[in-house]
Amino acid sequence: MDALLLARMQFAANIPFHILFPTISIALGWLLLFFRVRWLRARHGTDRASAQGWLDAYRFWTKVFALTFALGVVSGITMSFQFGTNWPGFMEKVGNIAGPLLGYEVLTAFFLEAGFLGVMLFGHGKVSEKVHFMATFFVAFGTTLSAFWILALNSWMQTPAGYEIRDGVYHVRSWIEVIFNPSFPYRFTHMVLASGLTCAFLLTGLSAWQLLRGAALRSAPRVLRVGLTVGAVLIPVQIFVGDLHGLNTLQHQPAKIAAMEGIWKTERGAPLLLFAIPDAEQRLNHFAIEVPHVASLILTHELDGEIKGLDEFRDRHPPPLPVFFAFRVMVGMGMLMLATSWVGVWLYRRARWQPERLPRALLWLCAGMTFSGWVATVAGWYVTEIGRQPFVVHGLIRTADVVSTKPTAGMIGLTLTLYLVLYAVLIVAYVSVLKYMAEKPEDVLQVEAAEEAATPVGVATSPVLPAGSAAWT
Amino acid sequence: MDMMSFDAMLPVIFMGLMGFSMLVYVISDGYDLGVGMLMHRATDAEKDVMVASIGPFWDANETWLVLGVGILLVAFPRAHGLVLGELYLPVALMLVGLTLRGVAFDFRVKAKDTHKKTWDRLFFAGSALASVAQGWMLGRYVSGFGTGWNYPLFAAAIAVALPMAYVLMGASWLIMKTEGELQERAVQWARIAWAPMVGGLVLISMATPWVSATVRQRWFSLPEIIALAAIPLMCGASLLALRALLGTRHVRGPVSWLPFVLLIAVFVLGFLGLAYSIYPYVVLDQLTIWQAASSPEALKVLLIGTCISVPAIAGYTVFSYRVFRGKTGELKYA
Repeated sequence: MDALLLARMQFAANIPFHILFPTISIALGWLLLFFRVRWLRARHGTDRASAQGWLDAYRFWTKVFALTFALGVVSGITMSFQFGTNWPGFMEKVGNIAGPLLGYEVLTAFFLEAGFLGVMLFGHGKVSEKVHFMATFFVAFGTTLSAFWILALNSWMQTPAGYEIRDGVYHVRSWIEVIFNPSFPYRFTHMVLASGLTCAFLLTGLSAWQLLRGAALRSAPRVLRVGLTVGAVLIPVQIFVGDLHGLNTLQHQPAKIAAMEGIWKTERGAPLLLFAIPDAEQRLNHFAIEVPHVASLILTHELDGEIKGLDEFRDRHPPPLPVFFAFRVMVGMGMLMLATSWVGVWLYRRARWQPERLPRALLWLCAGMTFSGWVATVAGWYVTEIGRQPFVVHGLIRTADVVSTKPTAGMIGLTLTLYLVLYAVLIVAYVSVLKYMAEKPEDVLQVEAAEEAATPVGVATSPVLPAGSAAWT
Repeated sequence: MDMMSFDAMLPVIFMGLMGFSMLVYVISDGYDLGVGMLMHRATDAEKDVMVASIGPFWDANETWLVLGVGILLVAFPRAHGLVLGELYLPVALMLVGLTLRGVAFDFRVKAKDTHKKTWDRLFFAGSALASVAQGWMLGRYVSGFGTGWNYPLFAAAIAVALPMAYVLMGASWLIMKTEGELQERAVQWARIAWAPMVGGLVLISMATPWVSATVRQRWFSLPEIIALAAIPLMCGASLLALRALLGTRHVRGPVSWLPFVLLIAVFVLGFLGLAYSIYPYVVLDQLTIWQAASSPEALKVLLIGTCISVPAIAGYTVFSYRVFRGKTGELKYA
């Protein structure tokens, strides 16, 4: 295999591995803040069980957040190096645009998260409720801000705007146009909603698992309700935003849409392919199962709307097979999410929010869907990133022109193997630790109490207010 | 100052910022990697205290590496490709090391008890691997990626010396942050690590001018040599003071913070010496900072963000260290 393919495979392994963790932490930060608010509101009330439930939820999910965040940090560091090791030509050409965007991500977001994470995780009892609440807020805000900058850059690579080329190097003409490029609002919203959904199903799934294993915390029924409700509310919004995003892509990257739909020849009244195997050699589909006119209807909102086929973009279109299937995996997962969350909310409501009255089959379904958000998110990123090929910046710079010539194919192959083994081990470890935590939630909270005892002393002379002081009352 | 000269100053400012980030990284992640490398010598209870002492900080510490590499990537894109292309394999190994160390922090307390030992071993192995790889990279970088038999030897020497410096840093951190038996052991560890660290430093100081003609010229020309002599002299004084301090019982009392501070001084001085050797190159003898820099427009945009956010980062870093100041307590299972 050649160095280009190996370098792409290495990046294609690292990026999805990284995105798994921010996908959870972006929304989980805000959900932690929500648990926190519920606890602060409940703790002065008469319902002690409710207060304890929200506090347990906060503590348990903070542990999940810490683990997720750690994995996001270490895989993110790997990415910042791989830009240089794998794609030096990228920064040489568009460094003036990509550089400041990445720089602002590190300066404004990365540090905000990392700086306040310590206080958020270990500072409970060492700082006032108010300060601790603010630390939690800054962590949540930082993860979202981070997503803002990264998606601005990624969207610019999909729909470049606001630049000019001088001597083969890209310069910025308008930062507003660069950041708020045509696909950015859609991609950012789509990704934030994806994060919300991933979290919703993670909350639902791990709570269901706690309930099934009979070791549930008092928080589990509440978290199950939060997860199902958030999922049920967000999924229709996501389907709507996804549709808008698709229309935006049709306008700016028609070749990507043609690959997603498996359309080779430009046609009016294009059918929706439920299944097919696109063949890039013969330039046609095998085993196609089609629904007439529906693709045109979805994309142009007309039964006989014209959709450009891949043949219009010879040598300028992505390999259709992975894009076609990744798109179907993403949409299929979305439909499953819709069904699960709506049926779940309906049944749970009918059971008067008492999980013991729920059919066990529903809990099993929820547990099975725990990581459905990951599948949909990674599939979606494959659609958009493979769909941009053979370009690294759509229509302007080809991926083959920016690859590193320094390391040999053997060297890249060696490090690729190393990364793949490491990532496989870490994913297995992450999932099994979450499963273990859901089975023994009491142990997790006990360890936390012990960790809090182990953090530095010196509260008495602290300039900040101790916990439970008048700050919040 | 007119516009031209400000534009020419921009790469210098960013080189300074990059150097500052790398220095803060080496000091701050240095102590926690050092603590990681001392893990295998500690009892299980001590391991918990050691991890707790660095737990609130390691995330932010590692972020300085991201900032340093980020500035290299953003401000000096041509150098980023060149440097990371040359260091392809050690970078990959360092990343594997940092990954294992970073995740072991969380996995060791959340996994089943039977798996805790495995994660502790990976914590140690990850810290050691990352430190050795960083030493090798530093050695290759300082010598301008030269080819010839003496260059790898030089890099190998630094690949041993830098982890030793980190171990000493970690031991000093523990002297400052712990009490009782663990503090006692940390003093012992510091004493053991002192000699190889100093040996490595002397060796590097002698070898750097030998492998690079540019550095030789810089260091041994009059009258600069007189002003420059202050760096090795102050370095030596700090290291001797540290050794003397480790022999007294005061180090376990009110001045337990002093070894750590002396070591920071050694790192800062070493860094200044290095910066003097290399400037104005970003890759020694190959690429100057002006040749490697991004356009002035891009650098100005970044500078605005930097001027706003670096003071804020400094602010909440100080805040976080204040919140978690004092001795790390014993683990008590509730």
